[in-house]
Parts: sequence; structure tokens; C-alpha cells
Amino acid sequence: MTNLLEINNLSVDFPSRRGQVSAVKKVSIGVAKGEVLGLVGESGAGKSTVGNSVINLLEPPGHISGGKIIFDGVRIDQLSNEEMRKIRGAKIGTIFQDPQTSLNPLMTIGKQLSETLIETLRISGASAREKSIELLKSVGIPYPETRLDAYPHQFSGGMRQRVVIALALAGDPDLIIADEPTTALDVSIQKQILDLIKSLCKQRNLGVIIVTHDIGVIAEIADRVAVMYNGQLVEQGKVIQVLQKPKHDYTKSLISAVPSGDQKLNRFTVVDYIDGSEEKVAMKNVGDHWLSKNKTSKTHDTAVLVKNLSIEFSIKKALFRKNRIFLKAVDDVSIEIKTGESFGLVGESGSGKSTLARLIAGLYKPKSGDIQIFGHNVLQKSEKTKTSLIRRKMQMIFQDPYSSLNSRMTVEDIVSEPIRFHRSTGNAIETAKVVQDLISFVGMPSTSLKKYPHEFSGGQRQRISIARALASRPEILICDEPTSALDVSVQANILNLLKDLQEELNLTMLFISHDLPVIRQMCDRVAVMQNGRICEIAETDKLFDDPKHEYSKHLLGLMPRMDLFRL
Amino acid sequence: MAPLLLEGSMFYFILNRLAQSLLVMAVVSAISFSLFNFVGDPVNNMVGQDATREQRIEIRQQLGLDDPILVQYQRFMLNVAQGDFGLSYRIKQPVSQLILERLPATLELVFASAVIAVLTGIVLGVYTGIRRYSWVSKIIMSVSLIGVSLPTFIIGIGLIYLFAVHLRWLPSSGRAGVIELGGWKTSLLTIDGWRSIILPAVTLSLFQLTMILRLVRAEMLEVMRSDYIKFARARGLANRAIHFGHALRNTLVPVITIIGLNIGGLIAYSVITETVFQWPGTGLMFIQAVDFVDVPIMAAYLIFVALLFVVINLIVDILYFVVDPRIRRGGS
Repeated sequence: MTNLLEINNLSVDFPSRRGQVSAVKKVSIGVAKGEVLGLVGESGAGKSTVGNSVINLLEPPGHISGGKIIFDGVRIDQLSNEEMRKIRGAKIGTIFQDPQTSLNPLMTIGKQLSETLIETLRISGASAREKSIELLKSVGIPYPETRLDAYPHQFSGGMRQRVVIALALAGDPDLIIADEPTTALDVSIQKQILDLIKSLCKQRNLGVIIVTHDIGVIAEIADRVAVMYNGQLVEQGKVIQVLQKPKHDYTKSLISAVPSGDQKLNRFTVVDYIDGSEEKVAMKNVGDHWLSKNKTSKTHDTAVLVKNLSIEFSIKKALFRKNRIFLKAVDDVSIEIKTGESFGLVGESGSGKSTLARLIAGLYKPKSGDIQIFGHNVLQKSEKTKTSLIRRKMQMIFQDPYSSLNSRMTVEDIVSEPIRFHRSTGNAIETAKVVQDLISFVGMPSTSLKKYPHEFSGGQRQRISIARALASRPEILICDEPTSALDVSVQANILNLLKDLQEELNLTMLFISHDLPVIRQMCDRVAVMQNGRICEIAETDKLFDDPKHEYSKHLLGLMPRMDLFRL
Repeated sequence: MAPLLLEGSMFYFILNRLAQSLLVMAVVSAISFSLFNFVGDPVNNMVGQDATREQRIEIRQQLGLDDPILVQYQRFMLNVAQGDFGLSYRIKQPVSQLILERLPATLELVFASAVIAVLTGIVLGVYTGIRRYSWVSKIIMSVSLIGVSLPTFIIGIGLIYLFAVHLRWLPSSGRAGVIELGGWKTSLLTIDGWRSIILPAVTLSLFQLTMILRLVRAEMLEVMRSDYIKFARARGLANRAIHFGHALRNTLVPVITIIGLNIGGLIAYSVITETVFQWPGTGLMFIQAVDFVDVPIMAAYLIFVALLFVVINLIVDILYFVVDPRIRRGGS
């Protein structure tokens, strides 16, 4: 049987000022009708570039520098723009990562659908409307007749991705390229979307290429998998075979780096294949260090006590109160975090977990309820100075390391700012020394102090964020999805670093994540949140082995079943 | 249908903006009222050097200048609300009548230059945004720099020298070919009128044109990089549909804001242009009023310009509603 798409020795170059960068080096893959091929690799592996070169939408100045792309028996890598445009949509459909941004916000989805249908199928406006309804129905959008006139912002993330899929299917293509189709979605919606893609593939006998960094997604949907590393194809084969008996060292480490949801390990397995990915943490005997002085926590057993906390955001304002609509983002929540404990907060997006963290950090004002930190009620207005002293003991690490560092400050300025602001050292020489130590504690060389954030990778930036948080000598660390923007291998390093720091400095940690395996490895106790309420608080092992609440069971059931493939 | 008073309904939105506009107008009128009290003694400006003390006192009483300040303010506001801005000190005619006589000239000038600026600016902006690296785009961008960097009066004088003095194609100043049309004196219906409006309108529009051009280009480049344009390409849509159906509309929201503010700017700049071309509009009248400390005209002009700004901004806000469904915020 000949493949629907055949890529032979494909190379893609990006010329730059410092010479050619080869994003893809001699990659050969193929996909047949009715088959799902998973293309997996970490960021920068060149996997999206392969997808983009098939539809000839490489970002300039990137260009195909060698090899052949044969689609349906015809060579397509040398077609003109206009010829290629007729293949896009009509023969090859594409699904992009972020449904928030891949739809035109100013056009109804009906208009976007019929425009595509009229262009690719050359049909009339009236029958395009009929066909649009049919398409929306086939991707599982309820009431398609009325939803046609809705704008993209009126759909939820999962529904929007369904619309994107409908658009990709509009021209009745034979091949679908899905570039990280579920990365921006919640786990429960991820499963629905993957099931949808899989069933469409079988029903319509489509070839599908799924480009992803997530081995869980591959395990869920793909028939065959190709692993890319650094622009090269390191391994390909049947999913079961590759995941169970990986031949290449990179594949082995990539699979082992995925945190396990079924048992608690001491440390995260680190991808050792990548050169220099694990910087050794040079932190010994910090008990005598500047960092460990000035502790207040020893006298208190409870670090954070939250009682009946509520906050609401108005989502519809009006002149009269009865017409206003409020969203209860956090609804009557009570938790207690013990000193030195690692407390996890898990839930889907919109469950209120980040809002709760921000309330505790003092970034929002609650509508009602109490927050006590080390026994001090921080919401009391009468003791402002004491409150700000206590607040200093608490630091946050944010999700996106790209936007949470000031790009116009050097790393040294970023890390030393809290020290200078609080005047917590004697003089400038001591400050410089402390900053040196901090940056080496988080596993970065001291040469990085003079550099700017853009010179670092995502993982390194997150290390800098951690050093900055440590500079205030916190006793409570609030980590809001600290690794969800990072690759698996980098994630393992950062999580190990956080664990080490917590042990050495006896930090109390509030750890927020939607990723259950990560929570299992990081936390002593976990609270499960849904719609602003706490469903269940339990010891981590207990929750994972024997969940009590229905919603906890549901969430745990959605964990990618990696164990099937583990030996 | 959304209930009438909910935010998100157009009615509520406009009501809200109207209330803000009233506040702006109240503040501006207070400032223009204070002109009367702080810019010299109006009596001195009205009577001759040889007026007697009794005459002065009589005029003071006629004008009500001895009343408490709040009473004067109230009277001023009541008059203004009825369109009565008092008598010009210099010409001794009602100010409202003077402004109304001169208004058509200014409005026609502003209208003509707004049309030139918006049309040319958007067309050139889209072109340079799409054909980023072509020679034509590079030339347009370099020439447009002149539009931003040269002051209006220099451009005006330059154009007069070239087209009126040197080539003798167009008149150098004044407003010719005026026809009375139901109380509105227009110069847009005669060839002479068109010939005389071209130079001042082009001069006035040049700065705004450049701003709009550069803004549309920058927005266009931004939008062309966005995911939904990439996705539109991946669906095989034609370039025409992508550029004009998807990209242009998305650039319009910020562009409308700037155009709105800039039409206000056109009125402000028209003071200079009208002076250079001796265009008999309100701007020229204002400059002459400043020379003679003709406070009623200055105060009325201030209120008039503020009113125009407020009305334009209101129109801009309503246009947002038309262009961007996300601001409409229907139930989702």
C-alpha cells in the first residue's frame, strides 16, 4: 500500500545572521489513510516545522533545502503558491494549537465556515450554510443552526477547538495535520478532542499527523509514532513498540521523564540525554546561610489558615443590583497548611485554584472570610505594618517565565531588587555575595548575573524566578503552575530543584497544578477544587489510591494511561 | 433581547458616555466662563479711552458684572444653553451668529481633509502592510516621514509657492465660489470652490494622513502575523479574502480610535492652516479674536471645539460597537 503522504529526506533551513540553522535534518516519515501518526519531541525539535513545510507555510526566511514531499502520488514541495493554496484546505486540513487565537474574532463562525466551503468546494452560499450545520453537528456542537451566528468569543475553549476542527474538515481533505491540538485545553476536554479526532480519522478514512510534545497524547491516540530530537528523526514505529521498548536513548529518557501518577518516587527522573540539562545544585548546609536567618515560622505549626473565604467577580454589570450577575470564583473555602508542608491544589481551568492562591498572596481582596498567616490575621486593617512584614514571608512563582521577568533588567538587578528594597543585607558587598549564592543555589552559573532574561531558555528563566522569590527570604512559597509552560525534561529539573529547596530551607509550599502526576510527586496533601469549591482534601497517596469525591474520581480517571506502556 | 439597562446593551453604553460628555462640557464651560474674569477688564475693552466713570458703571451694571460670581456663572450657562454667547467686543454682533456664519467654511475644510487623510491613509497603509518589502512601499514610507516631521505652516507655504506662485494652477488663499444653500454657505458646488479648498485641505490632512498610514501599516503587520491569518491560509483562502475580509477589519478598532482623536486634531490644526491660507473659518476668527482680546468669541470657540470633540468621540464609541462583537458582549 502506498502512503497518502510520503516525506523523503526533508531538510529545512533558517538562514540567520550567524549562518544557517537547520531546523529539520533529513527526516523521512509517511502516513497512510485511516492512520494517526504521532510526531513527538520537545520544543525546538523541529516537529512543527515538518508540519508547516507540508502545507508550505514556513515562517520566512525558513525554506525547504532538500528532500521531497509526495502527497497522493504528486510531488508538492515545488508547487507555486497558487497551486499550493488549492491543496490547502481542500486536500490537507490543518488544526493549530490555540483555539483562542486561531479564529477571527470579528467574524461569526458561520461566516468563517461558509467562506471556507465556498472557496474549497465551489458551492453556493445557501448550500454552504446547510453544509456548515452538518459539519458543526459532526464535530459535536449542540444546536448548530443557532450557533452559526455566534462569534468565537461566545464559545468555550473546547467548543472553539471543535469549530477549528470543523473548519479544517470543511474542504473535505484527505490529510489532517494537527499541531498540538490539545495543549491549550484542560485534561477532560483534551480527551474529548482526541477521541473526536480519532473517530473522524476512522469514519472518513483520513490520514492524521498529530504534532505534540506530550507522550500521553501519543499513547492515547496514535497508531504509529515518530520521535524527533534536535531536527532529526531518532526513532519511529508502532506506538506500543516505541513506548514499551524504545531503542534510542533519547526516547528512553523522554518516556522515563514523564511523571508517574501511580506511585510516589523520591525524585523526578531527569532526561540525561540532553547535554547539560541537569545543573548540579550546589546547596549544602544552608542552615548557617543568610537565607535561613530571620525565621518566624518555628513558633507556629500552622503556616496558612483560610476560613470560609469567598470572592466574586462581576461578569455583568448593571444599574440595579438584582440585574447584576456575579461569578463566585472562590466559594466558602477553608484550608489549613501546616508549616513545612507541601500542599497541592488541583483542578481544571476556571476552578478557582489560581484565584485562591492570589487571595492568599494578597493580590485580591476577598468578599468575606479570614486569612491567617503564621497566626496573624492579614485582613485586619489595624495592623498594617505587621501585615506587610508577614506578607514578605510569602513569595509567588508564576506560570509563564517569559512574561514574569522584566526584560530590561539584568538578572543581577532582578534577583537583588527584593534585597535592596527590604534592606535585608548590611551593605552592597554583602548583597552581591548573597545574589551570587542565590543564583548558584538554583543551579545557574554566576556569569548569568550580567545577562538579560531573553538570553535564557524557559527552564533557566524559571530558575531565575525562583532565585528572585528566594531573595525575600520567604517561608511560604506559592507556585502557580510553575512548570506547565516547560518541556518534560526541563520540568523534572525544576521540580527537583523546588523539592531540594523546600527540604533544605524548610519552606511551606502551596503548589498549584492541573497535572495530577506532578501533584502526586510534589505534595504531602492535596485539595481538589471545582467551581470555586473544595471537593476533597486528603493525603496525596490516599487521594490517588482511594478518592472519595465523585469529581476526584472523574479527574483521576482522565490521567493519561501511561502505565500500559511502562515495563 | 437584552434588558435595556444592562451593560452590553447599546442604550446603556451610550447613556454612560453621554453622562461623561456632559461632565466634560461642564468643565470646559467653567473654564471659558473664567476667561471673562481673568483676561483683562471687559469694560476697558468695550468703551473708548475717553468714557466717563458714569458710563463705565452703567456698562458694568448692564453686563451684570457686579453680581456674585455664581450668579454670573448661572446666567452665562443659561445663555449658553440657549445658544447665546453674548456680543463680540470688537464687532458688536452676537457671537453665535458670527460663529454660524463661519462654521461652514471650517467644517467643509475639516471634512475634505478628513476624507483625504482617511482614504489615502488606509489605502496606503494596507498596501505597505501587505507589500512590506516592495520598492513602492519603501518610497511611501520615506516620503510619509516628511508629513510627520514638517510643521503645517511650512507645508502650506511650500504648497502655495509651488502650485499658486510657480505653477499658477491653484489660488493661493481665500475661499472662492461660495453659494448659499438654505442658510449654509458652501464652496463645494463650484469649480472655483474646489480649486480653492484643495491646497488648504491637503495641507491640513498631511499630518493625519501620515499618522493613519503608519498606524494601519503597523496594525496590518501585527495582524498578518496572527494565528487566525495563518489558519485562514491553511484553509486555502485567497489572498484577497485574507487581506480584506480578515486582516483589514481587525486593524480597524485602534485605527478608528486614532481617526476619531485626529478629526479633533484637524479642527485644532485648522487654526494654523486657516491663517496661512486666509481661509474665512472659525479658526481664523479665533486668531483674530485673540489679537483683540475678544473674550466672548474666545469663550464660545472653546466651548464649540469641546463640543465637537465630545460628539466625535461619542460617534467613535458607537463605531466600536459596530466593528467589534466582543464589545457588544452578548450572552455567551
